Amino acid sequence: MTTVDYVLRLGDDALITAQRLGAWYAAGPEMEEDVALANIALDQLGAARLLLTYAGEREGAGRDEDALAYQRDAAAFRNCRLVEQPEPDFAAVIAKLLLLSAFQLPLYEALAAGADERLAAIGGKARKESAYHLDHSTLWTLRLGDGTDESHERMQAAIDALWPFVDGLFSGEGGPVAPAAIRPAWTSTVEDVLKRATLSVPAPVAEPAGERPHLVELLAEMQELHRAHPGARW
Amino acid sequence: MTPREAVAAVVDPELRVVTIDELGILRDVETDEHGHVTVTITPTYTGCPAMDVIRADIGAALRAAGHGDHEVRTIFAPAWTTDWISAGGRDKLAAAGVAPPGPSGGPVALSIGVRCTHCGSPDTEQLSRFGSTACKALWRCRACGEPFDAMKAY
Repeated sequence: MTTVDYVLRLGDDALITAQRLGAWYAAGPEMEEDVALANIALDQLGAARLLLTYAGEREGAGRDEDALAYQRDAAAFRNCRLVEQPEPDFAAVIAKLLLLSAFQLPLYEALAAGADERLAAIGGKARKESAYHLDHSTLWTLRLGDGTDESHERMQAAIDALWPFVDGLFSGEGGPVAPAAIRPAWTSTVEDVLKRATLSVPAPVAEPAGERPHLVELLAEMQELHRAHPGARW
Repeated sequence: MTPREAVAAVVDPELRVVTIDELGILRDVETDEHGHVTVTITPTYTGCPAMDVIRADIGAALRAAGHGDHEVRTIFAPAWTTDWISAGGRDKLAAAGVAPPGPSGGPVALSIGVRCTHCGSPDTEQLSRFGSTACKALWRCRACGEPFDAMKAY
């Protein structure tokens, strides 16, 4: 039986990723990249809408996708902490997208063949898009990792900075596919890409405990309009 | 005009040369004994922003054809694939400057032999996997130097 929290976790991962990527529109290193990041943000938002709608229906308390996106506080968000981390430079965007899409692709594939029909339909749709995200982040990781001294340094720094949040990708249960079951496939994909990009795989690091200031800040911006004008529509 | 004919003639709001029927977005049109029409559509990409416009256009087409009692359902499985674009739809896309997709094959099928929509040369290269809409990629012709859109095999 799929729990509400399980669906929220996947939906929140996608929603927060879409919000972070949206901030890069017109700030990428080239125009094609602005378009690419906006496309990927839109894919993530599409998956988030389907997942949050489903979570609201399972919960049965009358909350729709908008209520879940705009009317929850940070403490009620179930996303892994990786996705809310800040992106000080483009290398951080690519590193995060690599680590995330190497997780989302095999997860969606497994869900597509899983017992929950609704998640199977969403997974079957989203996996095609995730394949493009993984492909895109892989190409950039290779280009930056095996590029100039500076791009290599920045790419490695980005991977190192995000590594403490890797364990969080695989936590959680309550659905047809346990995130932990995805780890072997993820490790194989990520280690292969990092190696080809002449980057090193960091040693395991524990996730820092404590508050989630980045999520609080992100939500303040994302929810501002809805909170100031409840029920506002375009 | 039957409900099916009215809905099948609705054009895609972003690729205005092809209909939603030719694109494979339109999955089913059913009319029950009371004249209630149920239209079933599926999105190309999960986040495709054209879906709201498509739903509105279907409603307008049905009303204009005298079928006011209708609903539009959106389904996600089976997932849309570019393999569902009809032969006629492919020809229209090509004529409008959007290179039609090859067979989808796998999750990320490499596009083999994308022909330039300007001069027809097969000597082309992909500039970016992501284009002006979710379903397109940006290509360039090495022969004539012009850029063009190509629909991603998906």
